[in-house]
Amino acid sequence: MAIAPAPPHLAPPLASASAPAPTLQVIYERPEAMTEASTHYCPGCTHGIIHRLVAEVVDEMGVRERTISVAPVGCAVLAYQYFNVDGCEAAHGRAPAMATGLKRVLPDHIIFTYQGDGDLASIGGNEILHACARGEKITVIFVNNAVYGMTGGQMAPTTLPGMVTTSSPYGRDVLTQGGPIHITEMLAMMPGVAYAVRRSMHSPAEIRKTKKAIRKAFEAQQRGLGLGLVEVLSSCPTNWRMTATESLDFIRDSMIPVYPLGDFKVHSELVG
Amino acid sequence: MTKTLWKGNEALAEAALRAGAEAYFGYPITPQTELLEYMARRMPELGLAFLQAESEVGAINMVYGAACAGVRAMTSSSSPGVSLMQEGLSYIAGSEVPAVIVDIMRGGPGLGNIQPSQGDYFQMVKSAGHGDFHAIVLAPATIQEGVDLMYESFELAFRYRTLVTLLADGSLGQMMEPVEMPPFKSWPAQRPSWALTGAKDRDPRIISSLHLGAEHLEALNLHLQEKLGGIARQETRYETLYAEDADYLLVAFGTVGRIGRSVVRQARAAGLKAGLFRPISLWPFPEAALDALADQVKGVLVVEMNAGQMLEDVQRIVRNRVPVQFYGRMGGSIPLPDEILPALQGLQPTPRQQNGRRPRQVPA
Repeated sequence: MAIAPAPPHLAPPLASASAPAPTLQVIYERPEAMTEASTHYCPGCTHGIIHRLVAEVVDEMGVRERTISVAPVGCAVLAYQYFNVDGCEAAHGRAPAMATGLKRVLPDHIIFTYQGDGDLASIGGNEILHACARGEKITVIFVNNAVYGMTGGQMAPTTLPGMVTTSSPYGRDVLTQGGPIHITEMLAMMPGVAYAVRRSMHSPAEIRKTKKAIRKAFEAQQRGLGLGLVEVLSSCPTNWRMTATESLDFIRDSMIPVYPLGDFKVHSELVG
Repeated sequence: MTKTLWKGNEALAEAALRAGAEAYFGYPITPQTELLEYMARRMPELGLAFLQAESEVGAINMVYGAACAGVRAMTSSSSPGVSLMQEGLSYIAGSEVPAVIVDIMRGGPGLGNIQPSQGDYFQMVKSAGHGDFHAIVLAPATIQEGVDLMYESFELAFRYRTLVTLLADGSLGQMMEPVEMPPFKSWPAQRPSWALTGAKDRDPRIISSLHLGAEHLEALNLHLQEKLGGIARQETRYETLYAEDADYLLVAFGTVGRIGRSVVRQARAAGLKAGLFRPISLWPFPEAALDALADQVKGVLVVEMNAGQMLEDVQRIVRNRVPVQFYGRMGGSIPLPDEILPALQGLQPTPRQQNGRRPRQVPA
């Protein structure tokens, strides 16, 4: 990759007494929709980046002052501390029901849930299914790292076949422990879903695609089209027993073959 | 004001709307379904939020969400459905958001049946979910009383930021009675200072029941206990009938309390100085009033449509000063005056030959 010349505002000042002071230009900063709190996430985990993508989208859409977050139970249980918006903390898996209650009484607000795979695909399967079927005008960020992270890396419905976890120590045996749930493909079949896609966090290019998808999922809500869902393949170096870079490679090499990236439902008004 | 004929479940629904309910989330279950059906018809007319949830679990968490917005939200169910709601009740209590729950009890355990029962006393009064909390539990004996209690429920819920439960059995939900319906209550448009309304021109507000530090969670619990103590001092309700000079006291709530009115009248006519003590608030239990009566009477009979649940509170308060006996029916059977009266008369020191069921002697 070629190294571009430094932009003028970063160039060293000329040694001239008459030269004006250098102008500082902000090129990267904390989104207004994020608080200054340090996150509790493990090194190499992509939750923090996904938070930032959500916050950037909220800022870009200018909806921060009427956005309400619904946090899950799991690693993102404290997400409400990191989003600079009104927020609440749901029972395990119930975030879509809680978001439904909020949206039904605050129809002009932007309500989003942020849920992991144990929360959404296992214990909260019924709540997300029916929120999708009803077409609740909410946005769901579904972070899939194939394990229960907060409780120490147990098998999730999304755990890969053969994958060793603390509760599948011999590897997930699909004959007795079932196979991975492709929940986004399933939910895309629900009549009320306006947008259902899967993205990944394993490279900067994929991260940019994830942000675009999150934007569309919020637009689906803002335009009243239905429920918007983005499944994000995320890393869990701690519970996968990998380095940060190994875990990103694992997403690319092991998770994506099981969970192909793609658009499973895109409302006609969101195409393009 | 004129009285009109109302079915219990529908009267409670209309009373809730007149009390200011803005959002209802429920799930069908006999014998409370008419409440949900009434809301389904009526709330769209009034421009209010009605939604039939996918389950009682969904319903209570929708109530939780709406309540976080400072909206007057409620649900209704019956015993097995309330069991499913207990998770949400605990979160609502831990987050201190106000909500109103109607439990039209049916026979249990398990699927039980759809007949009237008072088998959820323990569930609602003692343990409405994990952790240390109590809901205010109000037990009407008539549809009119249910309407009047429902009319106050949101004020209680918002005054204390707490759960308020109306606990009635299936017979009250299904019967029809003349009711004087109160007018629509007016509420300020301003939402409470804790409500999630969007962080516009202010810092974000967070509603959560999560307190990871031991000292933080203990502080929350101490705060909750202090609040509950205040409720216990302020919000006890009960009815007495002929209790002021009674030798023998019948203690019963809800439908049985109503039957108890007839029983003590019959007992008085038969020469027994009997009185009725009917708790209306089951939590907080009207302890002081019963405690005072226990110094006066010679015996207490507790009658319930369960195996003896409120009985434990009565025993705790009476403290063996006088004998406490129990008569209960279960499975949907309603104890009738001609069963209760002999049990009441049986409190007298000289045992009499009795017809029918004998009261159960409760071990001291």
